[in-house]
Amino acid sequence: MTVVARPGDPLITPALVAEHGLTANEYDRLLAMLGRTPTFTELGIVSALWSEHCSYKHSRPLLKTLPTTAPYVLQGPGENAGVISIGDGLAVAFKIESHNHPSAVEPYQGAATGVGGILRDVFTMGARPIALLNSLRFGSLDSSRVRYLFAGVVKGIGDYGNCVGIPTVAGEVVFDPAYEGNPIVNAMCVGLLEESELMRAVAEGVGNPIIAVGARTGRDGIHGASFASEDLSAASEAKRPRVQVGDPFTEKLLLEASLELIHSGHIVAIQDMGAAGLTSSSAEMAARGDVGVVIDTLLVPAREAGMTPYELLLSESQERMLVVAKKGHEDDVRFILEKWDLTAAVIGEVIAEPVYRVVEGDRVVAEFPGIRLVTDCPTYEPEARESADVISRRARDPHRVPERPEEADPLWTLERLLLSPTIASKRWVYQQYDHTVRTNTVIGPGGDAAVVRIRGTDKAIALKTDCNGRYVFLDPRVGAQIAVAEAARNVACAGGTPMAITNNLNFGNPKKPEVYFQLREAVAGMREACEMLGTPVTGGNVSLYNENPTGAVYPTPVIGMVGLIDSLSHVTRSAFATDGDAIMLLGNNTDELGGSEYLQRIHGEVIGPPPRVDLAGEKALIAALLDAIRAGTIRSAHDVADGGLAVALAECVMMDRAHQMGAQVDLSAWASLPLRALLFGEAQGRVVVTTPDPAAVTLAAERHRVPCAVIGTVRASSGALDLKVGTRQIRASVRQLADAYHEAIPRIMQRSASAQDVALASDAVV
Amino acid sequence: MKFGIVTFPGSNCDYDAYRAVVEALGESATYLWHKDHDLQGADVIVLPGGFSYGDYLRAGAIARFSPIMREIVRHAERGAPVLCICNGFQIACEATLLPGALQRNASLKFVCAPITLRVENADTIFTSQYNARQSITLPIAHGDGRYIADDETLDRLEGEGRVVFRYAPDQLQAAEAYNPNGSMRDIAGIVNPHGNVLGMMPHPERAVDPLLGPADGLALFESILQRVAA
Repeated sequence: MTVVARPGDPLITPALVAEHGLTANEYDRLLAMLGRTPTFTELGIVSALWSEHCSYKHSRPLLKTLPTTAPYVLQGPGENAGVISIGDGLAVAFKIESHNHPSAVEPYQGAATGVGGILRDVFTMGARPIALLNSLRFGSLDSSRVRYLFAGVVKGIGDYGNCVGIPTVAGEVVFDPAYEGNPIVNAMCVGLLEESELMRAVAEGVGNPIIAVGARTGRDGIHGASFASEDLSAASEAKRPRVQVGDPFTEKLLLEASLELIHSGHIVAIQDMGAAGLTSSSAEMAARGDVGVVIDTLLVPAREAGMTPYELLLSESQERMLVVAKKGHEDDVRFILEKWDLTAAVIGEVIAEPVYRVVEGDRVVAEFPGIRLVTDCPTYEPEARESADVISRRARDPHRVPERPEEADPLWTLERLLLSPTIASKRWVYQQYDHTVRTNTVIGPGGDAAVVRIRGTDKAIALKTDCNGRYVFLDPRVGAQIAVAEAARNVACAGGTPMAITNNLNFGNPKKPEVYFQLREAVAGMREACEMLGTPVTGGNVSLYNENPTGAVYPTPVIGMVGLIDSLSHVTRSAFATDGDAIMLLGNNTDELGGSEYLQRIHGEVIGPPPRVDLAGEKALIAALLDAIRAGTIRSAHDVADGGLAVALAECVMMDRAHQMGAQVDLSAWASLPLRALLFGEAQGRVVVTTPDPAAVTLAAERHRVPCAVIGTVRASSGALDLKVGTRQIRASVRQLADAYHEAIPRIMQRSASAQDVALASDAVV
Repeated sequence: MKFGIVTFPGSNCDYDAYRAVVEALGESATYLWHKDHDLQGADVIVLPGGFSYGDYLRAGAIARFSPIMREIVRHAERGAPVLCICNGFQIACEATLLPGALQRNASLKFVCAPITLRVENADTIFTSQYNARQSITLPIAHGDGRYIADDETLDRLEGEGRVVFRYAPDQLQAAEAYNPNGSMRDIAGIVNPHGNVLGMMPHPERAVDPLLGPADGLALFESILQRVAA
């Protein structure tokens, strides 16, 4: 059919093409695909679908190298969410997604709509969402702009998830100047479904109607996907209208209606209208089904009159779904939606002709040859070269950093680290999230991994997001390996077998060789770790261009890990629980100090190699730990991470503020190590456990050749954490540690809770 | 005994209430759709938590006009039990089943945490299985839980023993403000003059399974069971 330009459409000029983010080469490909000049509408469609955000053009070749299969993986990458079987005919759908760019200019709505989008990705698979997690990075809390972003993001996440009624069970928040202008906001959702009800977003069945469901389409969020595919700058503030506005109430209705639709058997496919809205949802569903589609924009329910096809196709108005129904079942679909006070409108149909066609009544405004619209997008493997600055930082020896005089008292250092907002309790954050709704949260936020029981079985799932961006910055390959290993270790500490991951790759501008190097190496490290630990990647998200004129964020490949707990009796908590229990260390202490929170917080240095990670050793550690847990010999297990062993032990005695314990610990076996490396170094592969039966734990460790030692005893009422290292005795008041750890963030936020912050934020630029 | 649990658009604790009744209490429960007029023979009505109508306008302000509310008011007027939790409490106040109102928390923040309560009146159909002045722990999760009323109403509530639960200090959390939302006179739950409508911000239905924490909410359901069955 003949495509004609709409009256009033702008002329296609090189400037207009450039404004749409297409390179000259990409535009040539478009011309070759069409065999003619595109219309304005077509240019808009391609600009969205070929944006980094939708096309993964700089990451796809790398992502293809990741392991994606296991016998229990029911759905790998390429769908709205990954799905794994957990036995008993049940499956878990999960996915993580970023909303970094919108959150940088409009933190509340940016974060809220991130939660909305990831919820829809999961319930379109036929899964009822059962848990939300989030992984956040901000600049230093000393900055009023950062406090504004932090408070806004947390409120946005809370208000949305709380209203929909899905518990936010875990997450991480890291503060580092590297994220000053570019916060990282990643949201993960986990849903539960019957294996038999797994739904895929594959359009099929010629003649089947395509139905727009949910909210009406407005002029908000147009080109959000393209906005998310460029660097932030002073001009970004002007793009605030590209940020969508969320309505969690409609989302809740949409959730219930969608699940009812899927279970009703009246539909064949359903997909969220997320990034690039109607365009990407319809094009992707058609591409997956290898069928043609036709959409009539006059039939799309619009929020305001006079919207052009260009706007209707590219709007990112929230809480909308695209459904392919069975022909003749339109009224059944409408009936279900009306029950939930939602609208449904047939806007097109599946056709045999292999084209992607958009009409406005009688006029054809866009037409592409079939799936080439999706598959013809070029991919890039640009030059990769490690930054000389990073090489020289890594080469520096952290042991040569002179100690500060105050460090003569290790308690001073310990307290500083507990006061670090990255380490300190995040209660200020998670208290704003409903984490008990749906009554399945066995372990909520604040521990190593969250645990959510699977009702009707004796099972539970353990969930964790993790990534230390500083490690990845200093050594992308090792840093990414650690991110996977640490997430797995956390899941195992809760009693779970690590099963699979979803990943969110947050990086800078890939056209810069040093950024592409980070991306390439991080993916390689992730692949190695996932292969060794047997945790395939079932999907994820890539967010590039997280940079502003002052530079890029730390490369931050966030890992969202799902683990399976076979029996509720294996659920294990982090905090010390019982007086007299032996405290044991699985794994070994080393003299490593590079990349540590200690160096950053106490000395302002980001140097040295990050800790070594022995992936086979990590696998053995997890196996030993799970053996001991299943044998019923472990009473608590806590991963040693940021801040090292001293911080881990301090957390074990006071993280549960209502049940503080004391402990006597003897680390004399490692007295030959530099004291600060022993206490605050971040050597990998270590877990602190408590047990009434140290012999049994030792046996389990030996069976897997994991180093293991009794290092102390839990003292319920001593009120002190006593550390002995050779002749050195260190005694910390648990109350004092608890005060630092639990009050650090509330005090910072309270101090600044003046109207000033808000005023400053409104005229500040990114 | 049959519990009828109302689902408004935006209710999200209806499922938890259902599970508490069926799994922990071992009684039967049915969901009541807000557009219906039939209570399906339910002995006890639960207005559950959530964000009915997105809390738009005011929490509970729109839900009170849902068709089923007419039957629920009649049910209450007959003296039959109505348990109003969190958003349900807000709806009950809007529907004038209970006096007072629930405003934005004093902190202006949503708060989700376990909270200590004192049972102020153990002689209601909802609390007979507690001891008077017993200290219990229940989860809260709300942004608009600050109970307010004029002094006369507050005096009357107290004088008539209609303050059923109060936020109370806990020696373990001495450092924390024990009143999580700034409610007047630390009020967490009240009953109507006949004692058959209870409104409370804390969530007893989330505290019925020891796996998830203290199961102090179960006694509330057991109280209803005992009194109504008797």
